[in-house]
Amino acid sequence: MSENKHILRVENLRKSFGDNVVLKDVSFTMDKGETKVIIGPSGTGKSTLLTCINQLVKPDSGTIYLKDINVTKAEEMNKIRARIGFVFQDFGLFSHLTAMRNVMIGPVKVQKMNKEDAKNLAYEELKRVGLLEHADKYPAQLSGGQKQRVGIARALAMQPELILFDEPTSALDPELIGEVLAVMKDLADNKMTMLIVTHEMGFARTVSDEIIFMEDGVIVEQGTPEKLFKNPEHKRTGEFLFKLTELYGEGDE
Amino acid sequence: MFNNIVEIVVNHWPDFLEGVGMTLLMAMIAMSLGTFFGTILAFLKVYSNKFVVSIVSGFIEIIRGTPMLVQIFIFYFGLPVYGIRMTAFGACILGFIINSSAYQAEYTRGAIQSIEQNQMTAARSLGMTRNQSIFSVILPQTIKRAIPAWTNEFIYLLKYTSLAYIVGAEELMEKAKVIASRNFLFLKIGKETGNSWYGNRQIKKIASKQKLKKLLKKKEKLKNMKKVA
Repeated sequence: MSENKHILRVENLRKSFGDNVVLKDVSFTMDKGETKVIIGPSGTGKSTLLTCINQLVKPDSGTIYLKDINVTKAEEMNKIRARIGFVFQDFGLFSHLTAMRNVMIGPVKVQKMNKEDAKNLAYEELKRVGLLEHADKYPAQLSGGQKQRVGIARALAMQPELILFDEPTSALDPELIGEVLAVMKDLADNKMTMLIVTHEMGFARTVSDEIIFMEDGVIVEQGTPEKLFKNPEHKRTGEFLFKLTELYGEGDE
Repeated sequence: MFNNIVEIVVNHWPDFLEGVGMTLLMAMIAMSLGTFFGTILAFLKVYSNKFVVSIVSGFIEIIRGTPMLVQIFIFYFGLPVYGIRMTAFGACILGFIINSSAYQAEYTRGAIQSIEQNQMTAARSLGMTRNQSIFSVILPQTIKRAIPAWTNEFIYLLKYTSLAYIVGAEELMEKAKVIASRNFLFLKIGKETGNSWYGNRQIKKIASKQKLKKLLKKKEKLKNMKKVA
């Protein structure tokens, strides 16, 4: 029973695209309210791992549990996806809908919420990410940072048990990154369970409970930011973190 | 010359108007139903299994690969052989709708495929079903992108309705023909439309002869079959 306290449990996950083995035996768990950050060089399967969790990409083998439901064998995958938020690197906002309607569409279509309630909910979520005054704007009228915050509000409106972030700030101008990270930090402070792929070392260091370092489809090392930054077990972890910190700075978060 | 044209228009405007009305009516019916079926075909072509895709593609290729005139002839002169009779108007409209849906299916397919992959991914990640994603996210964006192509299509259709005169549906061309043939001053068009009309009659004659032959053959076949039975 003790295993069931984990919100997410990934066991021996493998995935290859053709001859290219992207994930080789990845296992980890997440508890409620935890913020975990996945770091690692490009092409090491970080994004694939996230998309496997909500089954947008089907893993070749391994199991994923959301609480005690085996996601890999679930028949009603749509219901499970509705419980897992996803924030994309390229925002993925619906370009024909206003910010407000982008946030409303999930509750209305998936949870069959009536429009009035969904509107109130969207209002709250947009307020939470500080975009109330932009509610009636279309994605094309918003800046990158605003778009990503709408993306987060859209995920939040589904009241997810877990939110997956796939490099949420990688497509943003440097000066817009802060506003998105601030929203994410706020979520972390409010004990939202979040699994984040990012290169933002400052954020990883100060906000996350644990950092997972992945390379070549395996988890090389995982541990608290303190441990990974100051006292990594593997030489490679230290090298990578040093490079990233050099490149992106330590951040002010 | 100019005076003559004005005179013709003034004298015959109700006829012209009727022709314009018919042309517009045909184009509008063909356009709306063509859009409807074209959109369905396009979505089937993009989102269904290989079997359906090959059927839809085959249909589109056949329709786009043959002249509309031939198709209208088949509907008007060919289908009665199988007991399906329709008016000249009906045959034309059917031809226009089928043609337009085949062309529009390709416009719309292009529009669907131009929509970023992340729209579908984002919709599915919210827990929407495939159909919900298609109807709530992909379709509205597709329509927006297909509008310029649709205006083109409507203009084509307006002009293609002139084909209807060949089977004798009373659209603008037919009316012009009638007016022109009555009017010696409009000699050139009079001659041309007269020729066309004559050609049309000949084709009708040939077609009906053909039809008769086929019907006779069919009867014989039936007789033979009965004998065998």
